[in-house]
Order: sequence, then C-alpha cells, then structure tokens
Amino acid sequence: MNKMQLKILSRSENETFARNAVAAFVLPLNPTLSELSDIKTAVSEAVTNCIVHAYPGREDWITLECETEGNTLHITVSDSGKGIADITQALTPFYTSLPGEERSGMGFTIMQTFMTGFSVESAPGVGTTVKMSKTLGARAGSDAQ
Amino acid sequence: MKLQSCSRGQDLYIYLSGELDECSAREMRVRADRIIDEHAGLSRAVFNLAGVKFMDSTGIGFLIGRYKKLKSYGMTMLLENPDRNADKVLSVSGVYSLIPKI
Repeated sequence: MNKMQLKILSRSENETFARNAVAAFVLPLNPTLSELSDIKTAVSEAVTNCIVHAYPGREDWITLECETEGNTLHITVSDSGKGIADITQALTPFYTSLPGEERSGMGFTIMQTFMTGFSVESAPGVGTTVKMSKTLGARAGSDAQ
Repeated sequence: MKLQSCSRGQDLYIYLSGELDECSAREMRVRADRIIDEHAGLSRAVFNLAGVKFMDSTGIGFLIGRYKKLKSYGMTMLLENPDRNADKVLSVSGVYSLIPKI
C-alpha cells in the first residue's frame, strides 16, 4: 500500500500537473497505456470541475489524495467551493450548469465510464468530494498492449 | 497546443496537436474561429486530431462549439485520426453522431 496527497491552486495550468502526478504515482502498478489514459482523463475531469464550477472567478485549494491497494488505485478529489445542490441532475449526461460556455456536460459521465468505482458527495456552500477507483488488469487481454 | 491549417479545393484542414483541456481550449477557440471566419464559403472543415495526445470533455465542448460555428456558415465538419484516448472520449460522448469520423 502507498499513499500520496497533493494540494494545488485551482488554476487551469495545474490540471496537466495533477493528472501527470497521479499517472506517475500509479506507475509502479504497471498500468497499460489505456488504463493510464483513462486515469489521466478522469483526474482532468474532476480537477476541471473544481476550477470551473467550485471556484468560479477565484482561486482556492483543490486536494487530491491517492492510495494504492493491491492492484487498485483510489483517488479522492475535494474542494471547499460552491457545492452541488442537485447531484442527480449534475450526473445526467450532457447536463451543464453553464450552457453558454461551450461545456459538454460529460465530465461526470466520463469519470464514471473510465473508472471502476465512482461516487460524489457535495453540500452547497461547503464543497464537493469525488471518489474514484480503478482496478488495473480488470479486463486483461483486451487492451494490454 | 498547436493549430495549423491549410485549404485544398473546397476543404479546410485544421491540424491540432498537444493537449486539449481547460487550459488550452480558450486560446484554441479564438484561433480556430479566426481560421473558420477566413474560410467561410468552403464546404467542409476536417479537424485532424493525430497530434492530440490528451483530450478530456473540455475538448468535446471545443469541437461542438466549432461544429455550431461551421454549421452557421453552411459548412460540414469532420474528424480525422483521433488517437485511442481521444477516440474513447469522443465515442462515449456520442460526438461522432454529430461530427462524423472519416
């Protein structure tokens, strides 16, 4: 078992850093390129949500916590921002609370599709915590290139 | 993130390379729209994604935004050569039903 914690400001240039840091952390588990790509995309979605939705127009802290357990990576991305009033609505594919900004509304759908486990907890005015996990080698053979 | 373009006959080709995310999308929108404005009147715009090494749902928003702009000019949009990561993001999001892959 291994753990790491990363605290970054909600600046868009930190997205690249965050997803690459998580990718580097999981490397000892020998992920396939496809698994690594899935993890980086899901982390990017979660961090984008913090930047765009949790802290609109201001900078504040985003915390990423990662833990490896056997061949599973657990990732928690949390903010202390605006929060989500209606989680069911937020999880609906193509729903976006910012329709005028070319948002696809697919962030949560991609996190759910690309990762093995996914959950989100939020309270308006308090913040949001997204928990994701990826079990590596779950479909070994299909994409182990 | 780099963007290059050229036109051949009635086709406008836009080549994207780098990482298409929240950080790069804003500048790419402005640059792509300027090229589209300069080539209004052509019939098709082909976005070549071969050089895009990372893309998340912000990239989907970017592509759909350009699709809408091209549509307002009566131009068709097509996608070409996404890598495996981009292809998965595009497939999951159902983008190909709107912007076909050639």
